[in-house]
Amino acid sequence: MLTKRIIPCLDVKDGRVVKGIKFLNLKDAGDPAETAAAYDAQGADEVVFLDITASADSRDTQLSWVRDVAATLFIPFTVGGGIRTTDDFKAILREGADKIAVNSAALMNPTLISDAAMKFGSQCVVVAMDAKKREGAEGWTVYKNGGRVDMNIDAVEWAIQAEKLGAGEILLTSMDTDGTKAGYDLELTKAIASSVNIPVIASGGAGSCKDFYDAIEVGASAVLAASLFHYKELTIREVKEYLKERSVSVRL
Amino acid sequence: MVAVVDYDAGNVKSVEKALDKLGAEHVLTSDPEVIKIADSCILPGVGNFGDCMDKLRSAGLDKAVKDFAASGKCFLGICVGLQLLFDESEESPGVSGLGILKGKVKKFTSTDELKVPQIGWNNVFNVKGRLFEGIDENTYFYFVHSFYLDAADKNIVTSNTSYGTDYDSSIESGNVFATQFHPEKSSDAGLKVLTNFLKIAGEL
Repeated sequence: MLTKRIIPCLDVKDGRVVKGIKFLNLKDAGDPAETAAAYDAQGADEVVFLDITASADSRDTQLSWVRDVAATLFIPFTVGGGIRTTDDFKAILREGADKIAVNSAALMNPTLISDAAMKFGSQCVVVAMDAKKREGAEGWTVYKNGGRVDMNIDAVEWAIQAEKLGAGEILLTSMDTDGTKAGYDLELTKAIASSVNIPVIASGGAGSCKDFYDAIEVGASAVLAASLFHYKELTIREVKEYLKERSVSVRL
Repeated sequence: MVAVVDYDAGNVKSVEKALDKLGAEHVLTSDPEVIKIADSCILPGVGNFGDCMDKLRSAGLDKAVKDFAASGKCFLGICVGLQLLFDESEESPGVSGLGILKGKVKKFTSTDELKVPQIGWNNVFNVKGRLFEGIDENTYFYFVHSFYLDAADKNIVTSNTSYGTDYDSSIESGNVFATQFHPEKSSDAGLKVLTNFLKIAGEL
């Protein structure tokens, strides 16, 4: 039986893993390849890297750490952050990444999704979306530029469009629950997962084992968390054992 | 020396990195002559069946792969590299596969419960054969695919996997091996499968 995936997310800046709260007080937390290998040993099903490097001329650094990760990590990994063109896709995939996550670039230029899917296959195109509840109205809208700019595009509509364009997965982050540790946004996760027929990765808000379970129950195919795992508040194994006890299929 | 067939399909790098890790000498090549003299050959995957056949044909690699498989030397197909060994696929009606083995590649039926593609870790059962030496029944491997193999001769099937239907997830026919899952992305269990292949092939 296909298992539900537990995915740790690592922020990378200038080729190093960093930890912080909402991109503030960033501290060096090690080498991407070594950190990812430790998560593999713990039973992570995949790893997502989010490159938050601000400098424009950082592509070489990025290619270099992606290459190092690919040499040591024998589970799938996704790279996101600053990817704008199919040439960017190609360069990173050639270094050994399995999937590419696009967010703002896909909102600005939706054909990037279809172009990349045509060239490299849907399986490597992950559309990341940051969604926030509309004030005083139903539903959610998606934001670009790391949650700074409201695109006024309905989140469910955008997910459906992304699937039509050829996205292979949706990485769904709730801006309302992100960092709260109060649990994933179940309403949002359910709304998106039930509207598309591609896997949805829930992100933002995990604080306990039950939160992972709840997101899976409303339709998430995979669940992502960052700080919870970085700060060792929970191990991936603990989460998986909790899920297994509740009859969720996991790889243990 | 392992020849890894380069036909512009995805994820060749991951296969190479795994071979590096295991210490097997290898060469990434699109030259039929290099494939011919290699001791073993891997046809990696990810991609559309028809596109992949086109690319193989236009580079003259279809014949190179067929000849290699017929040579008696060890051959491993991965993912689309498994599917291409068979006659045809519902992904690309009218396109002939390599036809080295008999069978059809069919599409998963998408339902509310069943998202397509299948992406993630699934278990193999009815496990047998040399690739799975030392690997337990129900071990998990990483899969990414929308189409699955229905082999005509079930005797060559060395594992099944369940996704809406029980399908054929690996085969062994003489010197020809293939897996629908990605051993190069399946952590320790996957590296064990690759090690088994390399040992059978005399590369390790």
